Amino acid sequence: MPSSGRSAPPAPAVHVTDGQDAVVTRGLTKRFGKVVAVDHLDLHVRRGELYGFLGPNGAGKSTTLRMLCGILAPTEGEGRVLDIDLRRDPERVKSVIGYMSQRFSLYDDLTVEENLTFYARVYMVPRAERAPRIQRMLRLGDLGGRERQLAGQLSGGYRQRLALTCALVHGPRLIFLDEPTAGVDPVSRRTFWALVRHLADEGTTIVVTTHYMDEAELCDTLGFIYQGKLIAHGPPARIKAETFARPVIELAAEDPRAAGAALADWDAVEEVVRAGARVRLIVAPGGPGVAAVREYLTARGVALDWVSEVEPTVEDVFVSFVDRERKARVREQLRALGAAER
Amino acid sequence: MGSRLHGIIAKEFLQLGRDRLALTLMLFVPVAMLFIFGWAINTDVKHVPTAVFEQSGSVEARTLLEALENSQYFDVRHWARSTRDLTRMIDDGTAKVGVVIPPDYARQLARGRAQVQVIVDASDPMVATSAMNAAAALAADRSLQLLAQTTEGVVLKKDEPPLDFRVRAWYNPDLVSAIFIVPGLIGALLMQTTVSVMAIAIVRERERGTLEALIVSPIRRWELLLGKIIPNLLVAYGQMTMALLVAHFVFDVPIRGSLPLLYGLSAVFMWGTLGIGIFVSAASRTVPQAMQLSFMTFLPSIYLSGLLFPIEGMPEGAQYLAHIIPLTYYLRVVRGIVLKGIGIEYLWPTLLPLVVFGAVVFTLSILRFRKQLD
Repeated sequence: MPSSGRSAPPAPAVHVTDGQDAVVTRGLTKRFGKVVAVDHLDLHVRRGELYGFLGPNGAGKSTTLRMLCGILAPTEGEGRVLDIDLRRDPERVKSVIGYMSQRFSLYDDLTVEENLTFYARVYMVPRAERAPRIQRMLRLGDLGGRERQLAGQLSGGYRQRLALTCALVHGPRLIFLDEPTAGVDPVSRRTFWALVRHLADEGTTIVVTTHYMDEAELCDTLGFIYQGKLIAHGPPARIKAETFARPVIELAAEDPRAAGAALADWDAVEEVVRAGARVRLIVAPGGPGVAAVREYLTARGVALDWVSEVEPTVEDVFVSFVDRERKARVREQLRALGAAER
Repeated sequence: MGSRLHGIIAKEFLQLGRDRLALTLMLFVPVAMLFIFGWAINTDVKHVPTAVFEQSGSVEARTLLEALENSQYFDVRHWARSTRDLTRMIDDGTAKVGVVIPPDYARQLARGRAQVQVIVDASDPMVATSAMNAAAALAADRSLQLLAQTTEGVVLKKDEPPLDFRVRAWYNPDLVSAIFIVPGLIGALLMQTTVSVMAIAIVRERERGTLEALIVSPIRRWELLLGKIIPNLLVAYGQMTMALLVAHFVFDVPIRGSLPLLYGLSAVFMWGTLGIGIFVSAASRTVPQAMQLSFMTFLPSIYLSGLLFPIEGMPEGAQYLAHIIPLTYYLRVVRGIVLKGIGIEYLWPTLLPLVVFGAVVFTLSILRFRKQLD
């Protein structure tokens, strides 16, 4: 695991630059008072890669993004974005990257074309290049014929693509997408991701945050951040293989509380999450299947409506990683205790 | 750099042009305000219902009453049969002024020393002041000894006629309220635009999430601010021009001083009020909040600056407050230039507080603005 703990020695003062990497950080840390939002984060995003940055709310995801965009100075550590030093030249970072927020940041009372023109000016696209660049963006976002429509009158999918093209209008080689599909219908989500995949294949580096597992699977690399630390990273196939070894079972019980309590006592179950009438369990590798769970609960007098195995979500993947981290730490503590006794 | 600033300014104007209602309001509210204040508010009260207890039955008395009528301040409508009758008319509000002419009025006048009693209902001080001034002027004119009396008691007694006592009203000889109020309204107008429109222009970006995109963009803070300030100033100057035109051509307000000086010094005033607008934007989460807060800054300015009521008549505490309100000083500037035609040599002591206010408030507001972007 690439996370360097709090006790790790300070990073050596070498250049963290690597021609292959669009984003490199070493020991990147942000503290707000006593709260450590980002804790010695080492991040590597290769050029031309579609990098999924995942984590629950409050894990340090947005703080990291804000530091990488040059709008928040790190407390400690260093980072380079497209070979520009984050600490020394944050203003230059701003002009070479693109950023799209989940709020889309569009002017509803301006037309599609006026929005694009505005961002082109803000990002200093030379006058002569503006018109052809905007035409290309209209084609890319499938916005042809809507140039004179007000952004406020567009439907969700169009707004989303307009926001993306506004972030791309100055031709950045790296863009950050902060939950770009939040609140958008599934069809538009798919169209949008096809567009993002296409951009990545054309050589644009993309760092995207998301809550959806199906979206995460489209990325080249995933990074999981939790409590300000990177707890896992790698290609989705590998991450999935690891989670597939841990089946996720969902069930509905008449008394979900009793079901949860009974399952929590079972060693073969790693995690129990209750959500309303449903209970979700992450089973240890090689643990019980659907039938075994049903049998176990029926034997304890818990009446079930249904039990079935489900696709793991990003949260499930998380829970399993967090769990493993926690277990590793507990094991370490036990070993230390044992050594002291001896 | 030029392109970024240009981008913001162009965008602000596009948005302004698209919001037809706001644009119409911005251009016509000033005019409506001028008409309402200029016409409806009149501290110079004419045609006061007047009751007369005429005991002399002489030609001289009739001449005096005609003079009262002709002054347009008094409408002689009621005839009392006794002093008690007159008192009753004032008590029940039939008349606001009572005039008592003694039986030997003609004889007194022949001796060069006549006495007429004027009773004024002072429950409305504006009516009372107006009536007493008019009566005094008339009396002085005809060397009358006037015994003016308000319902509160004797306040004015001119014992030594025939004294030629004449008041000359400078700058506004006919004492028309509109001439006093209308130039002041320009100050109120500029303040409203620079505070609330500026605040809303920033808060709207934050509310819609576009400020987030601007923060991430390479745009500098000063470019963002200047890009919002320049269109705002242009709108404010547009409103000011419109107001001056209406003031001059509709209300016959004379413009005696230098217009370039007025426009220049207005910028000093707006320097500070734009600062207030930026402060308001920092303190508000939503557009309605920004509007409410602007209104809060607007109210004391309207009532304490001397726009409608003279500062000299306010209690001491209110007078202190009046002197920390920038509009107070700006009103002196506008009235000084427009009505008196005075130049910078008389205005600089008034200008100094405006410069200090502008420097302090604007600097603080920018610091506050920078913080909210971090």
